[in-house]
Amino acid sequence: MSYAIEVKNLSKHFGALRAVDGVSFNVARGDVLGFLGPNGAGKSTTMKMITGFLEPTAGTVNVCGFDLAASPVMLKSKIGYLPEGAPAYGEMTPLSFLEFVGQIRGLRGARLQERIRDVVGKIHLEAVLHQRIETLSKGYKRRVGVAQAILHDPEVLIMDEPTDGLDPNQKHEVRTLIREMAATKAIVISTHILEEVNAVCTRAIIIAAGRILFEGTPAELEGRSRWHNAVTLSVSADTAQVRAALVALPDVEAVEERADAAGRARLTVIPRPGCVPLPAVQGAVQARGWSVTELHVEGGRLDEVFRDITTQSRAARS
Amino acid sequence: MSNVLTIFKRELRAYFATPVAYVFIIIFLFLTGIFTFYLGAFYERDQADLEPFFRFHPWLYLFLIPAIAMRLWSEERKTGTIELLMTLPITLWDAVLGKFLAAWCFTAIALLLTFPMWITVNYLGDPDNVVIVAGYLGSLLMAGGFLAIGSCISATTKNQVIAFVVSVVICFCFIFSGTRIVLDFFSGWAPQAVVDVISSFSFIAHFESIKKGVLDVRDVVYFATLIAFWLYANTLVIQNRKAS
Ligand SMILES: Nc1ncnc2c1ncn2[C@@H]1O[C@H](COP(=O)(O)OP(=O)(O)OP(=O)(O)O)[C@@H](O)[C@H]1O
Ligand SMILES: [Mg+2]
Repeated sequence: MSYAIEVKNLSKHFGALRAVDGVSFNVARGDVLGFLGPNGAGKSTTMKMITGFLEPTAGTVNVCGFDLAASPVMLKSKIGYLPEGAPAYGEMTPLSFLEFVGQIRGLRGARLQERIRDVVGKIHLEAVLHQRIETLSKGYKRRVGVAQAILHDPEVLIMDEPTDGLDPNQKHEVRTLIREMAATKAIVISTHILEEVNAVCTRAIIIAAGRILFEGTPAELEGRSRWHNAVTLSVSADTAQVRAALVALPDVEAVEERADAAGRARLTVIPRPGCVPLPAVQGAVQARGWSVTELHVEGGRLDEVFRDITTQSRAARS
Repeated sequence: MSNVLTIFKRELRAYFATPVAYVFIIIFLFLTGIFTFYLGAFYERDQADLEPFFRFHPWLYLFLIPAIAMRLWSEERKTGTIELLMTLPITLWDAVLGKFLAAWCFTAIALLLTFPMWITVNYLGDPDNVVIVAGYLGSLLMAGGFLAIGSCISATTKNQVIAFVVSVVICFCFIFSGTRIVLDFFSGWAPQAVVDVISSFSFIAHFESIKKGVLDVRDVVYFATLIAFWLYANTLVIQNRKAS
């Protein structure tokens, strides 16, 4: 089967700087690809090349069967794009702006009005529809950008930090929207919010200094964490004793202790790589009759994995 | 073609969405009045035509047209909307033409609003109105030349002030190359052919007959070529510099 987005060996050099350096990946319909990476990693530059704004120094881009170099206009017609910072014409109102974008996208008359109504409802723009865009708050500007990107119901959606600057409710709404649209579209988003990867993405790519350092599912990403499958518990017993008992269990690499907000000791049982210590911990709790006030399994700490992956590369380079 | 029209309409509305349009039109009308009646000695000439009105258009356009053109691309680059525009399914020419035509149409509106001048000559005397229409068309054609230069220069920078200043300088060269000072300077030592070439590049030389109401094919071709050349340069500039 062919992918909706095929990117091969994509590079972009700005003078001596290799902003993007041989990036390859594919996105199928139904996939939501999360683009992660530190500032200046090359996320936006990659998106600008896929959407036809920047000319690649090397490499090819194919979207829905259209090659970027050969048929850029057809390629662009398949994509909905939210550029970084959600630029929009300040002197226009969201309504006239959406009409403009819709007309360029080939929507006319009743169909255009219907699409605008639909999108405005989904993104909740009713209240600001007739206000000049330059006077909108940052979050509303971003929403106008999202609305513009999904207006023509594109097969491929590329959004550079779509939830940046949105309030928590709106973040939730936009994520829900992305999940809803995911079934029929190929979606790429970039984000600095790691939880977003778990919340909406089916796959994740971490890039740093223009190179892909990780590609896989969010679960695989979490799996890289030393905290993956760790068990955290609060016990109202002598912590030193409990700790000694837990460390002795099989599958356990270490036990860390931290006081919670109320001053009670919380212990985190860190597994040996690839192990699941929960059954052993539960067994110990029952056997010794500790009274446990809290017990849960950690998914893994993405921020730590992110730090590991992106700083290792820097160390390797220097 | 429909993309050109959509972009044209957006751009034209953008002019009128800010005070710029009104300020520009008022200044334009005010200055044409001053130039025509005081410097052009409209009454004193005691002739029923608009020659004194058209005579100063190159000099008026020198400052006013770059002011219209400077925002065309600089603003898009500054605010980042160029990224939005250039990732819509349009060609470079759609965008360049749509913007240029909008600016040109805006100039035409300003020019049309000088109609009281035309009413005045018709009231005072019995002018040849065909000549006057030809003069208006020629003036508009020349404005297109200035605009194409301004649009291209505006694409080279994010800074509207720089776009304005550089456009004025280039437009000035195009006017000045036809003045006596320059031609006398060259005719002293350069072959006549060179002098002719220099003067043939000048707006003044080509506007000379136009302002008298003679719309010569060669002058029309000159301005059309000039517009095409600068708009082509405009597409190249955007192609290569849109992201920097
Ligand atoms: N037009 C340009 N000219 C020169 N260098 C550029 C240009 N655009 C981007 N860069 C450089 O390319 C690198 C990658 O930038 P890019 O915007 O892709 O990063 P990013 O991953 O999107 O970062 P962020 O998370 O901060 O948005 C940076 O070092 C940046 O300075
Ligand atoms: Mg970015």
